[in-house]
Amino acid sequence: MSPTKERNLRIIVAKPGLDGHDRGAKIIARALRDAGFEVIYTGLHQTPEMIVATAIQEDVDAVGLSIMSGAHMTLFPAVIDLLREKGAGEVAVFGGGIIPQDDVPKLKEKGVAEVFLPGSSTQAIIDWIRQNIRPRAEAA
Amino acid sequence: MGTKAAKQQRTPEGPARLPTPTAPEHAEHRSYAAAEIARVLAEREAWSREELAEALSRLPRRREVFTTDSGIPIPDVLDPASRRDADYARDVGYPGRYPFTRGPQPTMYRGRLWTVRQFAGFGSPEDTNRRFKYLLQHGMTGLSTAFDMPALMGYDPDHPMSRGEVGKEGVSVATLRDFEVLFDGIPLGEVTTSMTINASAVVALAMYVAVGEQQGVPRARLGGTIQADMLKEYIAQKEWIVPPRPAVKLVCDMIEFCAKEMPRWNPVSISGYHIREAGATAVQELAFTLADGLEYVQQCVDRGLDVDAFAPRLSFFWDVHNDFFEEAAKFRAARRIWARAMKERFGAKKRESLLLRTHAQTAGVSLTAQQPYNNVVRTTLQAFAAVLGGAQSLHTNSLDETYALPTEEAVTIAMRTQQIIAHESGAARVVDPLAGSYYVEYLTDEMERRALDHIRRIDEMGGMIRAVEDGYPQREIAESAYRYQRDIESGERTVVGVNAFKSQDEEPIAILKIDEAVARAQVERLRSVRSSRAAPRVKDTLMVVERAAREGSNVVPPVIEAVKAYATLGEICDVFRKVFGVYREDGRF
Repeated sequence: MSPTKERNLRIIVAKPGLDGHDRGAKIIARALRDAGFEVIYTGLHQTPEMIVATAIQEDVDAVGLSIMSGAHMTLFPAVIDLLREKGAGEVAVFGGGIIPQDDVPKLKEKGVAEVFLPGSSTQAIIDWIRQNIRPRAEAA
Repeated sequence: MGTKAAKQQRTPEGPARLPTPTAPEHAEHRSYAAAEIARVLAEREAWSREELAEALSRLPRRREVFTTDSGIPIPDVLDPASRRDADYARDVGYPGRYPFTRGPQPTMYRGRLWTVRQFAGFGSPEDTNRRFKYLLQHGMTGLSTAFDMPALMGYDPDHPMSRGEVGKEGVSVATLRDFEVLFDGIPLGEVTTSMTINASAVVALAMYVAVGEQQGVPRARLGGTIQADMLKEYIAQKEWIVPPRPAVKLVCDMIEFCAKEMPRWNPVSISGYHIREAGATAVQELAFTLADGLEYVQQCVDRGLDVDAFAPRLSFFWDVHNDFFEEAAKFRAARRIWARAMKERFGAKKRESLLLRTHAQTAGVSLTAQQPYNNVVRTTLQAFAAVLGGAQSLHTNSLDETYALPTEEAVTIAMRTQQIIAHESGAARVVDPLAGSYYVEYLTDEMERRALDHIRRIDEMGGMIRAVEDGYPQREIAESAYRYQRDIESGERTVVGVNAFKSQDEEPIAILKIDEAVARAQVERLRSVRSSRAAPRVKDTLMVVERAAREGSNVVPPVIEAVKAYATLGEICDVFRKVFGVYREDGRF
């Protein structure tokens, strides 16, 4: 490995809110790790504040949120706003879960980079990350 | 280690435990005569040499090995010789008779159809009360209540953790006032109500008792079920407040209380559903769920309860996934394992203590966002398997549930699905029609054997609480979930409309949305209750709850007094947090 090679992408997979359905989050975390990314999984029942604190502390390039409880319209914007507030607005926020199609454009307007709906393959998510997320050091 | 040590596991926390009985390996009385088996084997031999060999030379098998969804190998054909160790009277027998393989009642649906019990709950108590009345008018025969995430996790609607979640996945409740609205105009002496709530279950049970009293229905006449299965929360659904040991203690408090005061109430619904939905195979679902049940029984016996005093009210809840025959067989295997374990391990004597009664729900996780109308067909097949398996009550999922909670139209189709099976398909005219199928009996035996292997491992760990603390079932399930997803992505497993037979341009379907106005109204109602109640009485009753929790006495009676004083669900759960601590899971994946 040459010293100039770009560092692996660091991604946090997070479960905000009270919803305990972690099957998807754990599958995604594992698939991303198997694809060669550095993955941090927050565990359950995280507040937006906790997720943003971890994201900053771990110096991640992107935050992936998994939400099954219907609270996506509240929790996605809360994470994005907090990242901006803490000066980490360049960290991409993407996610998925039980999210109705109509809500996708509204979430994108609020700054969500991509939303993966039920039935999305882990490969589609990996491909999207490879194409759209750059290590922050390089971007800066 | 001596034989005695091998047979009895002593846990560091409690007295010696007896092992769970294994499945008998050989028949005591063969149901097929030896001469007949020899004749069958000769026929099979000739067939595989001639017809089968010839067919395979023309067209090989589509795959090298066929297995069920949980990995049980499926031979080319099964016959009486495959069942040479069958002992019909001992292992299959008759419905309503030990070991209950064919069903918990002698007449099954010829006596009474299963209960159509559609899980409902969203928005405000008013919204859900309206949906309940709609469902009752359209032929639903029992209520089933879904609570929102804040209620399930023990937070009031105005808690910061409740942001964005109020009324979203179920009905929002915080105080007895909400329960009064939720069950307004519904005669609690006549319907049975199921409540899907676990970590904060004791509060919901107390509120139901209090509302019953307001309607003039004494607690002894209230019929229904509260899920209150905490072990599966740590294993799969992940909605918890306190750590596993005190959580199981609260479950046992409810079992004890109901055994004494609520003879028509099921104080726990030992649930495989969530375990399966989290990714377990059918065999893992069977094993972990029964192991959960055995742990509750052990804990109650350890606190000195007579097994026959509470076991008749233990109820179960299975998932019904896609693999039709395996799913039907699962119900049969579950009843047999449970009956033997209750009789041989716990020495239960009453017939009702041995029989496993169950609710079932079609598999939410099997539904697809793509081509959502196909979900009606999936649900129909799954519901049919539950009926052939002999479920006592059933929930059928709605076609739109990969997007949101169901609309009224979607839930009506789901309910009609059950009514068509009940009244048109003929399945309700016959008891256990799959019995005697070489394949289904083989699956029943295999599932039993494989589930008992898992249960033995759990026994060896010292029981399910310890296994959960070690993360054993959690790891097994995550592994299966990941494999399932890989199989879909590699095309090894076909999901119609997702990785095969895809359509372009799908029409969006109508979905139900919950307005944020619900959260504002619920917070407002909570504030008005807080300002109008007698504060000293709230404080006093909460102190009694705290004392009971600290002393280890039964918390149910003091919680009933607290809810009658309009203490909130969050306040009562705060007492548990204070006394027992808060549970956190690490971020392993």
